[in-house]
Amino acid sequence: MATKAKMNGANALLESLERQGVKHVFGIIGGAILPVYDALCTHPRIRHILARHEQGAAHAADGYARASGRPGVCFATSGPGATNLVTGIANAYMDSSPIIALTGQVPSVAKNSSYVIGRDAFQEADIIGITTPITKYNCQISTVAEIPSTVNTAFYIATTGRPGPVVIDFPKNIQADTANVEFTSHIDIRGYNPTINPHPLQIRKAAECIADAERPVILAGGGVITSNATDELLTVAELLLAPVATTFMGKGAFPEIHPLSIGCIGMHGNPLANKLLLEADVLLAVGTRFGDRATGNLDTFCPEAKKIHIDIDAAEIGKNVDVDIPIVADAKKALSALYERLIKQAKRKPDNPWMKRVKEAKAQLNPPNENKEFKPKSLLQTLRKLLSDSAIVTTEVGQNQMWAALYFKALKPRTFISSGGLGTMGFGFPAAIGAKTACPERTVVDIAGDGSFIMTEQELACSVIEDIPVTVIVLNNSVLGMVAQWQRMFYKKRYIATKLGTYPDFVKLAESYGAQGFRVTTIPEFQKAVQTAIKSKVTTVIDVPISMEEDVVPMIPPGCGLNQQVGDY
Amino acid sequence: MENQNKKTSVIAALVENKPGVLHSVANMFRRRGYNIESITVGHTEQKGITRMTITVSGDEKTLEQITKQMNKLIDVIKVNQLEPEAIVTRELALVKISVPDVKSRSDIINCVEVFRGRVVDVSPESLMVEITGTPDKLDAFFNLMKTYGIMELARTGLTALSRGVKSIKIDE
Repeated sequence: MATKAKMNGANALLESLERQGVKHVFGIIGGAILPVYDALCTHPRIRHILARHEQGAAHAADGYARASGRPGVCFATSGPGATNLVTGIANAYMDSSPIIALTGQVPSVAKNSSYVIGRDAFQEADIIGITTPITKYNCQISTVAEIPSTVNTAFYIATTGRPGPVVIDFPKNIQADTANVEFTSHIDIRGYNPTINPHPLQIRKAAECIADAERPVILAGGGVITSNATDELLTVAELLLAPVATTFMGKGAFPEIHPLSIGCIGMHGNPLANKLLLEADVLLAVGTRFGDRATGNLDTFCPEAKKIHIDIDAAEIGKNVDVDIPIVADAKKALSALYERLIKQAKRKPDNPWMKRVKEAKAQLNPPNENKEFKPKSLLQTLRKLLSDSAIVTTEVGQNQMWAALYFKALKPRTFISSGGLGTMGFGFPAAIGAKTACPERTVVDIAGDGSFIMTEQELACSVIEDIPVTVIVLNNSVLGMVAQWQRMFYKKRYIATKLGTYPDFVKLAESYGAQGFRVTTIPEFQKAVQTAIKSKVTTVIDVPISMEEDVVPMIPPGCGLNQQVGDY
Repeated sequence: MENQNKKTSVIAALVENKPGVLHSVANMFRRRGYNIESITVGHTEQKGITRMTITVSGDEKTLEQITKQMNKLIDVIKVNQLEPEAIVTRELALVKISVPDVKSRSDIINCVEVFRGRVVDVSPESLMVEITGTPDKLDAFFNLMKTYGIMELARTGLTALSRGVKSIKIDE
């Protein structure tokens, strides 16, 4: 396996990336990473996509990873380039997304110069120190020879166990240094050994517990998508006849048009999910960290239910919610093991009282929408009909995101991509570019708000010039809508710092970047614009002006439990 | 909230001996709001492996989380929460005591002998004492010395090993 060659650090890095199967890199060039970029000239198999801000590059790598399941890679120079990545790295960390961020660094050694690490050199920032709490792992390269093993280790750590971002800091002198480099696939990390296989005893206990349940509910989190366990989830759910709720991050883990689907739980969850979850006598939670936005007040979060918790990260078990049967394992492995156990049990009858209750609750709480008003609900339901099942949707953060969670039904894993943990405004658009790069044959749409979109709107240039066409649907209410909603509901309508006005003109903005822009004011116009955008294969911004008074309801007021939801679906 | 269930616990961790590891461990404690009461770090008999002995306080749940969060750090190889009943703990201190008169000098030296310490430096106005033991014993000694005046005090923090054959080791 091992091959040896004399080369400089920059080439050793790119060679190592190629060996990892990297085909795309998002980034921005700068002084301290110039040797690496220079080496890109002789590595045509790696396509570099020039972002317009490093945050965009990091989010694009994140979107790439979530859409494809393969790690996303981004490059930035030292100092401000590296610190501009920080939001993107923190975002990937919170949502367990595997990205590799390579940052240039000022030289580690320099003769007769203070352009060197530790001397407050030009564009020096301690990116290792800065990113320690927001990365799964980070490291600084100190010799050319170690580059292959460092890169292998980075990819291995980022993509296995609970995935997460890894930062590699690369001093400029080592990029230029030459050495004999040996390429091996050997990895040895003695402090890292994720538990993949579930403990058979725990599986047996879980199977017994849930087989005896009268009102079982499954709660699927993002971990189900990460471990590609959606098929296993479906078979377990159908065998148990258990309704499946998801967390926001779990959207797409279970087809939301399936009879057993009850939607997302949480602050802006589907009332059906929030209600039935609380009626469960056994809760099977898979690949979720029981985040605060999902559970609401913990005192009222299924206090009576027996809880089984499957997660690959042992530290998530018992962190927020006490559980009865913990299972540390990969979701796919655990669900198949559970299925093998459960298949031996007596089959449930489809007309059991719990199924009747689920059906009845669904009819009551999720009635079909006959309304065709020009409002987010109808717009997003219309959008669902216009897109194929495998089309990828990203969202920004705020009202647009919660409307999408409520009304845009995700049918397949990795087709609903959003910033769940960090809540990063400006994530959706560059993430859409990343997703489209990974899946060029599929339609990619960013469901946006005006406030979020303008935070990374400069990536229109990247999308147009690099020919990575995506469609941005701006639900434009001219305010920072989610915060304005809180001001309306909890701060006596004192609107401070939330009014954005009607700027920019999104049609003109799109056109100024060479993209196409539409403004629509009726549902048929909206349909036509979306269809045109998809067909044209041109980056498109669709401005959809909506009322600034529009609230996201239902909602659980902050501090309240899932049983205290107000407003109708 | 659950402060009444707080207990002090000793965590022993074997970690990679490389730059940044102490930072990532300390940073995890800070970021998650755990408090380090003392930490000692030193090489082990195994090459490239450092042992950290960390004294922390918290309820059962917090201590479990600390262990799990430490285990999550890539450069942390092994973590053990030591059983308080089955360990030997020691701390070393150097203390400089002021000596007001000749009589005090002999009184101090008597005390040092009772506590099985050693006088390691003498000047006309001071004595430096090396003392080893459990933190409680050290506290008792320092309390006694306050009457003479403690000029300077350096404690290493607690270190600990399990009794018997039980040991934390990495298979090579």
